[in-house]
Amino acid sequence: MASNETATRTLIATARLNRPAARRIYWAIVIVVVIVFSLAFLGPLYWMVTGGLKSAHEIAQIPPTLFPKHPGLENYSDAWAQLSLGRLILNTLYYALGALAFQLVLDIGAAFAFSKLRPLFGNIVLGMMLATLMIPSTVLIIPQYVTVIDLPIFHWHMLDSPWAIWLPAVTNAFNIFLLKRFFDSIPSDLLAAAAIDGAGPLRQLWSIILPMSRPIIGVISIFSVTAVWKDFLWPLLVEPSPENRTVNVGLYAFSQGITQNVLVAGAVIAALPTIAFFLVFQRNIMSGLTTGSLKG
Amino acid sequence: MAATTAVSTAPAPGRAGSGHALRRGGSLSRKVRNNLTGYLFMLGAVLCFAFFSWYPMVREFIMSFQRTRRGVTTWVGWDNYIRVWHDPAFATAWKNTAYFSLLALVFGYVLPFFIAVLLNELRHAQSYLRALVYLPVMLPPASALFLFAYAYQPDNSGIFNFILHSLHLPTSQWVQSTAMTMPSLVIASTWMNMGGAILIYLAALQNIPGELYEASELDGAGLLRRIWHVTVPQTRLILSLMFLLQVVATMQLFIEPLILAGGDGVEDHATSIVYLMYQHAFKEQDLNGAAALGVMLLVVLIGFSAVYARLSPRED
Repeated sequence: MASNETATRTLIATARLNRPAARRIYWAIVIVVVIVFSLAFLGPLYWMVTGGLKSAHEIAQIPPTLFPKHPGLENYSDAWAQLSLGRLILNTLYYALGALAFQLVLDIGAAFAFSKLRPLFGNIVLGMMLATLMIPSTVLIIPQYVTVIDLPIFHWHMLDSPWAIWLPAVTNAFNIFLLKRFFDSIPSDLLAAAAIDGAGPLRQLWSIILPMSRPIIGVISIFSVTAVWKDFLWPLLVEPSPENRTVNVGLYAFSQGITQNVLVAGAVIAALPTIAFFLVFQRNIMSGLTTGSLKG
Repeated sequence: MAATTAVSTAPAPGRAGSGHALRRGGSLSRKVRNNLTGYLFMLGAVLCFAFFSWYPMVREFIMSFQRTRRGVTTWVGWDNYIRVWHDPAFATAWKNTAYFSLLALVFGYVLPFFIAVLLNELRHAQSYLRALVYLPVMLPPASALFLFAYAYQPDNSGIFNFILHSLHLPTSQWVQSTAMTMPSLVIASTWMNMGGAILIYLAALQNIPGELYEASELDGAGLLRRIWHVTVPQTRLILSLMFLLQVVATMQLFIEPLILAGGDGVEDHATSIVYLMYQHAFKEQDLNGAAALGVMLLVVLIGFSAVYARLSPRED
């Protein structure tokens, strides 16, 4: 695969594009594509940011103004206060990082067991976990909600607590699948050698498997944080108190009784952390996307 | 590699214990200990799956045949199913959801593929364009949808109507018009979600061997024929997988109608199955009816996946 990566021939041969006439057409297409895509994907963001700078009067004006006439930041400060966005963002961060921690510890442990320790019936348990991938997530939301209200056996009421987001996040069979497949590619001889030196399973996992699995763990971390950040229906149900809401739910729940310009400003602020996250991890996100889907 | 580990542990302790292990009792106890260590490592995940995934699956079916009133639960047979079936919004919700799914296939399934083919031909600005199409995927959906609510303002103060008006095209009432409700939701949803599909297709396109294009060009195939006879067959597997994933995802429509159309929309033109489920559970305190709806959606989607998997092309 790596050999043709350098000069992969696509639909149109590069040699053909090098002719002067074709070159001109090619550059025209590049410019048009860049302009159209920028308008389609950055345009709306521009519209959102400038919408937040407009007064209540200007935002309802016909025709709309492309540049705010009297840009002011009051809407942003109003949105920050009225939607208690600081609180919402901190909540979401807390849920996302907690869910990440539980997923990493428990899913890595399980994948390690399935891949290397291989206890009796391990494959059956793995199969039962992978089978849950067939079940669309929203379909089970009612019995899951009932479970969270009163956890069977323990009679633990988890509503309005972060546990209601953290523990269900662990049931991500796709994580376990990706991790197990990655661990499978690590030679067991390495572990056997470590075992001879007296390293127990935990030590083998910590000192051999984990350092070699950084790429896949990075991918899983990014997607698990994003998933919690973007989730809507589940946090809407299990975190009903205003002070426990996530950004996504809070924006929706507080949207009634707020003027359009303040709401748009709030939507901008809510989007900022994720945009920053994207810019920082862009490379990992892009390459991670294809890890799971293709090389199976 | 997986194969060799499988071989080394293949003589499972249970069977090997027949006499071989009895002689060397130490080995047996070591195997028991190894098994216990294995179970210990998976314990946390297994408990989470048991409580939040496997048990709810069983419980959904049980709940759908029960009715809980004032703390008393009784078995009621098919009553819940019959009740939600007679809900006036029931047929509408299925129709709306299927319509959304269909429209989303036309836009959200075909469009990303062609965008990927186009981007794959460009030798410049690749990483900028990739980042661009993926950016909306990262936004919190509520944020993106409030942006669309703002752009969809029905009088000419909305940017969409302003653009249409400037181009002398007919303007629209968007989510406030019954005909445009679903298309409006699909536009928003496609914008929000398209990036992932585009990047996955791009990766698949890069794995197509260049010689195939070479050969078909020598045979005199034009651009469109090359797309049809090389690009599409070569990405067939990923195309068919994405089709399935997309149908299953769009049938779970919920947040788009909730934020853009207030949930049910004008004359119920936005009500979706999951929204109906939400209504039953949390507005009418009818968790059992909601569970029955959940079972129906589950059966439809699993049924669809099973039929689709049977009909779709296999890896050869």
